[in-house]
Amino acid sequence: MSSATIVNLPDPSTARIPKMNFLTRENGLLSWLLTGDHKRIATLYLISITFFFFIGGALAGLIRLELLTPQSDLMAADTYNKVFTMHGLIMIFLFLVPSVPATIGNFVIPMMVGAKDLALPKINLLSWYLYILAGGVMIYTMMVGGVDTGWTFTAPLSTHYLNTNVISAGLAVFIAGFSSIFTGLNFIVTIHKMRCPGMTWFRLPLFVWANYAASILMVLGTPVLAITLVLVILERTIHIGVFDPAYGGDPLLFQHLFWFYSHPAVYIMILPGMGVISEVISTFSRKRVFGYTAVAFSSVAIAVFGFFVWAHHMFIMGISNYAALVFSLLTMLVAVPSAIKIFNWAFTLYKGSITFETPMLYAIGFMGLFTIGGMTGIFLGATGTDIHLTETYFVVAHFHFVMVGGMLMAFLAGIHFWWPKWTGRMYPEKISQFAAVVTYIGFNLTFFPQFILGMLGMPRRYAAYPPQFQVLNVFSTAGATVLGVGYLLPVLYLTWSLRYGAIAGSNPWQATGLEWQTQSPPLTENFTEIPIMDHEAYDYEWLERQQAKEVASV
Amino acid sequence: MSQHAEPHSREAELHIVSPKVYVAVALSLLALTAATCAISYIDLGVFNAVVALAIAVIKASLVVLFFMHMKYSSRLIKLTAFAGLFVFLTLISMTMADYISRAWGRW
Amino acid sequence: MAEVQHQHPPYQRHHFESVAQQFDATNFAMWLFLLTEVMFFGGLFTAYLIMRNWYYPAFVEASHHLSIFWGTTNTAVLITSSFTLAMGVWCAETRRKSGLVLCLVLTFILGLVFLCIKGIEWHAEWVDHHVPGLRFSDADFINPALDPSIYKEYHDRPLSPGMALKTEEYFFLYFAMTGMHALHMVVGICILGFIICRAWAGAYTSGHVTFVENFGLYWHFVDIIWIFLYPLLYLISRHT
Repeated sequence: MSSATIVNLPDPSTARIPKMNFLTRENGLLSWLLTGDHKRIATLYLISITFFFFIGGALAGLIRLELLTPQSDLMAADTYNKVFTMHGLIMIFLFLVPSVPATIGNFVIPMMVGAKDLALPKINLLSWYLYILAGGVMIYTMMVGGVDTGWTFTAPLSTHYLNTNVISAGLAVFIAGFSSIFTGLNFIVTIHKMRCPGMTWFRLPLFVWANYAASILMVLGTPVLAITLVLVILERTIHIGVFDPAYGGDPLLFQHLFWFYSHPAVYIMILPGMGVISEVISTFSRKRVFGYTAVAFSSVAIAVFGFFVWAHHMFIMGISNYAALVFSLLTMLVAVPSAIKIFNWAFTLYKGSITFETPMLYAIGFMGLFTIGGMTGIFLGATGTDIHLTETYFVVAHFHFVMVGGMLMAFLAGIHFWWPKWTGRMYPEKISQFAAVVTYIGFNLTFFPQFILGMLGMPRRYAAYPPQFQVLNVFSTAGATVLGVGYLLPVLYLTWSLRYGAIAGSNPWQATGLEWQTQSPPLTENFTEIPIMDHEAYDYEWLERQQAKEVASV
Repeated sequence: MSQHAEPHSREAELHIVSPKVYVAVALSLLALTAATCAISYIDLGVFNAVVALAIAVIKASLVVLFFMHMKYSSRLIKLTAFAGLFVFLTLISMTMADYISRAWGRW
Repeated sequence: MAEVQHQHPPYQRHHFESVAQQFDATNFAMWLFLLTEVMFFGGLFTAYLIMRNWYYPAFVEASHHLSIFWGTTNTAVLITSSFTLAMGVWCAETRRKSGLVLCLVLTFILGLVFLCIKGIEWHAEWVDHHVPGLRFSDADFINPALDPSIYKEYHDRPLSPGMALKTEEYFFLYFAMTGMHALHMVVGICILGFIICRAWAGAYTSGHVTFVENFGLYWHFVDIIWIFLYPLLYLISRHT
């Protein structure tokens, strides 16, 4: 890549990791399992979600391997149903929903607002335990034979027709839901009540705004999913139907209640990622994010509009034409704040001093892939095209572009960006740039053919398909192997860097956030004294003055 | 200064509602319960449901405002409660919008 | 902050700057939690609303089999318990220990009374074969004269067999909603027991009222849910 870099590391011959930091403060397993420290809980979360990501990833590999050939030959159709269901459940509820908020958000939000910890440390720990419990129940579900409803638990399929483990899967999602409610609740309280002196709302980093918006969705949306799953479980156990038409229930009511959460859940999954991108783009183009206020409010706007569009998942299910029209129109509105973000990031790049460190590569990848993912969402939000495209691979490609191309790219950007802060050490730059490029190529190879497959009419959720679709499926499977390499590499070199990475110093990126103004890894209470915010967010001149002052005083 | 040091939130903490208010609220809640029960014995057609729910809303508002100290709380708390109500009404009204307009047929 | 270090009271957690901030934060957190509860019950209320519109005759006649007497009594009991708890918060704020304990114990007893009455009602439904899934029969709705006491009061017309089946839907939602509410009561009563022990030890009458205040919010919220369940389940279907 380019030789220009903003990385500014301390002299390796004298640099040391600070002896006193949150990792070394206490030792022993119990000091981790009973910790209240948001940075330790974030670390626990990071390890757990990585574990589940690779389980979900392995299942994705099986799916792609099965789809290599038109016949259902690697596994039987019902096994395939279980595999894609478990892939969806694990990836959505145990990886994507907690991914950025519970790990990176947990780690940096208290520091970004200048607080010693999240407002409710015990609730934060409880949220992790609930997550682990949910993960345990999910693994139990897999062990005893899995579930094959699809991640949507569609009634009456889930309540009447299947005899797989819907109850334990529903329970796992129910528990995971409360884990995410507690994370969101904690963020909202922290952002409102724990800001340091001088930290006004419009001095907050955009990452905080994005997580705030996502937290609102977690707190208000998730309980509806919880009660829906309770009703599904009751329906299965005592055979009384709110949703099952055989007992007088209404399956569309299930769809309404389910998508009332699960559409906002899509924004829970993408908004924190957008926050990461704002931080990264600003830092690596050395410019304040263009239109800070617009970007901040666009996060909140996405959260608010997110509650009004859920029925666009139901256009073919027999909802009224008039409701479909209204929901379709409202869906188009969500495109506006999303576009505001993309345009403002592009304007931030304009005339910036851009350097291409790994987080920036992921961020640029995000912008491209998210734009495609978002634009294809317009196709699906329009009632006419939706009837042709829904339940085909077009939908699969669309949400993978947003979720994997968007959120996962953003997650990796964030992990690389804050890795020096988290561990005190740099990741190896060249190989990680390579991994970022591999991920981008692998991703496009995997999912772009699926758009075409969907257009041609290949339905989703089938183990077998007509032979004329094979060429594109082979492309897709080949891409998945490349993508797999792209995801394995970071695990390897990040683990390597824990011991052998260069010492990062407190601010390797010359970034402006408060989290960069303290040592790496930070102290348990984050700052030696509570900081006072006396400048705007992303004020690089303030940083220069600050550094000049330090040099003068030395 | 930071938000938490603002004077109004300190006041909110220190505001102690007098027992007289609590007694008055409790008595009106009991009176409203008796009233809604009595009214339900009169045939008002569709208005039975309207009146019963209106009284329930009044009762709930009394509880929220006085027992839960909303009246003396910060704007943030008021906004929070309002947000909950708003999203709940969104759920009900948007869902009902579908159910009601299904009867209109095709266009 | 370059302030003089205040003497922190023992109940202030280390990561808060002041007691006021701690109070504000936990109070706000409690409200947010109640928001999630609103949406949790919101799903049930939505289901009830839609089902009631679909199967209106079944819901009306099924609702006639609830006891308005017990429903009204229970509403009064719950409102009174909210009142005693509000008085308890006042006692804590004005540092009256014995008053606080008395109020909390009264609330505790009223909570148990509520659950007992609810138990009486559920038992009546069990006896009448109105427990969906476990012990249900729609005979009462195909032939309303089978239950003379209710028939005398409402003169319900027989429902068609298809519609009579839908009364099970009403009773399911009735049990789901009152059951979920009762579950919240049980959780509340358990926490209340814990609070009474702590209040007895004087934990809440030394200026630290946050926990009692926040528990009060929860209890009043559960009260509000009942305030809506009462008309929806018992009252609005008396006349068709």
